[in-house]
Amino acid sequence: MAEAGGIGGIGRLGRVAYLGYCVGVLVFLIAPILVILPLSFNAEPYFTFTEGMLRFDPEAWSLRWYREVVTDDAWTGALANSLVIGTAATALATLLGTLAALGLSSPHMPARRLVMGFLISPLVTPVIIAAAGMFFFYTRLGLGQTHLGLILAHAVLGAPFVVITVTATLAGYNRNMTRAAASLGAGPVRTFRSVQLPLIAPGVISGALFAFATSFDEVVVVLFLAGVEQRTIPRQMWAGIRENISPAILAVAAFLIVFALCLLWTVAWLRKRSSASG
Amino acid sequence: MRSAGERRARLRAAGLTLPLVAFVGVTFVAPLVSMLVRSVYDPVVADALPETVALLDDWDGMSVPEDVVFEAAARELLVAQEERTIGQIAGRVNRVQGGLRSVLVVSARRLRDAPGDAWRDTMVEINPAWEEIETWHALRTAGERYTTRHYLAAVDLTRLPDGSVVRQTPDRRIYVPLFTRTLAVSLGVTLLCLMLGYPLAHLIAHSPPRRSAILLALVLVPFWTSLLVRTTSWIVLLQNQGVINDLLVAAGFVSDDARLALIYNMTGTFVAMTHVLLPFMVLPLYSVMRTIPRSHMSAAASLGAGPAQAFWRVYWPQSLPGVGAGSLLVFILAIGYYITPALVGGSTGQLISNMVAYHMQTSLNWGLASALGGVILVCVTGLYILYDRVAGGGRIGVT
Repeated sequence: MAEAGGIGGIGRLGRVAYLGYCVGVLVFLIAPILVILPLSFNAEPYFTFTEGMLRFDPEAWSLRWYREVVTDDAWTGALANSLVIGTAATALATLLGTLAALGLSSPHMPARRLVMGFLISPLVTPVIIAAAGMFFFYTRLGLGQTHLGLILAHAVLGAPFVVITVTATLAGYNRNMTRAAASLGAGPVRTFRSVQLPLIAPGVISGALFAFATSFDEVVVVLFLAGVEQRTIPRQMWAGIRENISPAILAVAAFLIVFALCLLWTVAWLRKRSSASG
Repeated sequence: MRSAGERRARLRAAGLTLPLVAFVGVTFVAPLVSMLVRSVYDPVVADALPETVALLDDWDGMSVPEDVVFEAAARELLVAQEERTIGQIAGRVNRVQGGLRSVLVVSARRLRDAPGDAWRDTMVEINPAWEEIETWHALRTAGERYTTRHYLAAVDLTRLPDGSVVRQTPDRRIYVPLFTRTLAVSLGVTLLCLMLGYPLAHLIAHSPPRRSAILLALVLVPFWTSLLVRTTSWIVLLQNQGVINDLLVAAGFVSDDARLALIYNMTGTFVAMTHVLLPFMVLPLYSVMRTIPRSHMSAAASLGAGPAQAFWRVYWPQSLPGVGAGSLLVFILAIGYYITPALVGGSTGQLISNMVAYHMQTSLNWGLASALGGVILVCVTGLYILYDRVAGGGRIGVT
């Protein structure tokens, strides 16, 4: 029987067509992202390959746009904002999300499905609508155009990821371990710290990474809530695409792609570790 | 009867979820509720022109109101002029009936220098619009504290002076066609994602572990990559002087002066949205297909089924939960899509979310923006409940 299960009997030609189709889909998924990387080294202010680049003429390739990004206060300021808002929002989302996941995973949790649906709602609500509501509400509370407002908004958008990943880790958790710890005289806090926390740590960390990635990539709420002082990297890219199109955004995009690869690799590694220990 | 210990365990579990429940309530649900309130409640005109609005409530609406109404309106417009709220009032009345903004603003300004009597003649002299019944109807409508007019406007309906609700004239129907377009695009993107994603998910699910992991990583790379980066990529590829057009010209398929318009239109929206949402289709499909045993297909084959028949009668039905979950997820996300159409959709590739943003930021018609948001919210909530039934307790394909 052929490798790919069900298509086994369909013959050689069919199988080639099937594999070719899948490769085509993968190219559609990946190629647009890869094309950014070489283009970000363009020496000319164009968004396409120049003839020099295609001839691999060293003159046609340069770090010009990377230099521009690093020396531009707008970009460095945006990076600082993204890091501050992302870190604070992630901390808040991780703390609240982990506590909630512990409660949701308890066999005694009342109205579990309803509470879960409520906590996940920020994930499925179109962001534009959340952003519109937040604009009215946060402005009235004096949180418009403040870092705090954005931190709260990004925390609530990121918390569902923490809830999902931690409850998933806890699904494989053996409750008898808690009872065993308790019978050995450990209090609830000690039990949590030395028994539960090490086991759920991979889930907590991947949830935190999801939350951080969400904040780091979020632009709609920022468009509605942020003032000039709170411009983040995605907001700056938005401006770069809409207003003053400059290949500098390709350099930023290349940086973000590398950043995404690091996140992906970390989450995959954590999941492997978690499934190995659980 | 529950034991004391069990009650305590219930309380502890609920207590652990309480901080996040409260946090989501205050920072997320309360804003949504405040938006929904705004879509039906608008006190600005009623607060600024209380006496006028009260008098118009008793007005029969058939002929020009009596002098007392003119007098009340004149006095209250003067106050609004002093308190600088006239702009807000005029803006709201203008939304009910176009052209009335300047009537109100100019009248309020010129009433200052008018003699303090014979208000009716003065106002008609300033602008004859005050002698038309429609002006007063517009004022009365704008003065409703609780109103359905934003929702009516959001579905291209309008209320006539006699109170009956009718459809807008064809040239003013904007939102229903836009909702239809949004649903059509969402459906199209969902089908395209299914066509592209199904075979790929199948390949990933039934490859040997190592290859499967690599293929899965290739799907996850775009999933983790910034949305703005992916949108930028499509601009780079599809624009007039972009990579794809350059390739087509170089290969001689397209002449240099007839480059294809691939972006800043519906094509751009469609392609970029499919790219962004494809992983959301592949991941749920993959997680369901992984659980379908290979032996089922062999069994079907040994019983004499051809490959096509075995697929349709054995494999496809078992993969349906994944098809349902993936399709609903993509469809839900597509309905609320904003960034991609805003950046690559041009003027013809805009969706309903872009209209919400337009009324929030440009026209500042927040009541209408809220009503459009309310309609989208109802659609998405309904679909989410359906998704929850199909995919089961709060699991989203984000692993």
